[in-house]
Amino acid sequence: MTAAALIAVLFGMLLLLIRAIAGPTLYDRVLAVNSFGTKTVLALGLLGFVMGRPQFLDIAILYALINFVSTIAILKFFRYRSFQVPLVRRGQGGGNG
Amino acid sequence: MADFLATLATGWEVIRFPLGAALCLAGALLCVIGTVGMLRFPDFYTRLHAASITDTSGATLLLLGMAMMAPDWMVVSKLGAIFIFIYLTSPASSHAAANAAHTAGLQPLIGPVDTHDKEGQDS
Repeated sequence: MTAAALIAVLFGMLLLLIRAIAGPTLYDRVLAVNSFGTKTVLALGLLGFVMGRPQFLDIAILYALINFVSTIAILKFFRYRSFQVPLVRRGQGGGNG
Repeated sequence: MADFLATLATGWEVIRFPLGAALCLAGALLCVIGTVGMLRFPDFYTRLHAASITDTSGATLLLLGMAMMAPDWMVVSKLGAIFIFIYLTSPASSHAAANAAHTAGLQPLIGPVDTHDKEGQDS
């Protein structure tokens, strides 16, 4: 039964790849990649249960961490077009910022 | 009392695999439903709603089913860590995506769908 659930999640990942490739806007692609990462975490956990080795959950935790950080980083990059946002001190002449 | 507890433990050992498998199948079904919604919905904001089905209900049911089938408590604690992390980060990333799209000027589709079809404005 876990194998059937794994196949269903992998089928969902396959459909998400279509949305990630054919997304009309940039944010559709970012959203599809984010959801793809969540499904990757679930598929890794299910794969560990199917193979009888639940140690795969460590890799799943790692994927969950990287997924969140990469989504925020990509959105920040497309918001500011740079990873180094210039910090402007308020009240530049006075120096009381 | 101890006899009753032993009976309960034996029954739990029998029932936890079918129950966990049913929860896993329900979660996988919700994942597929959310993905079909992401393919078929007309707008970015509606697709955001479809994607959050996967992150909340699908992930919760799948992780709960896997926790029922877990062989020891270490696996259960790891599944709980994944659950807590997904529950903390999924609303944050959804909000970041919606905020970025709204700041960049992406307007949501409003109004009845029939007028959009008649005017020939596809998504």
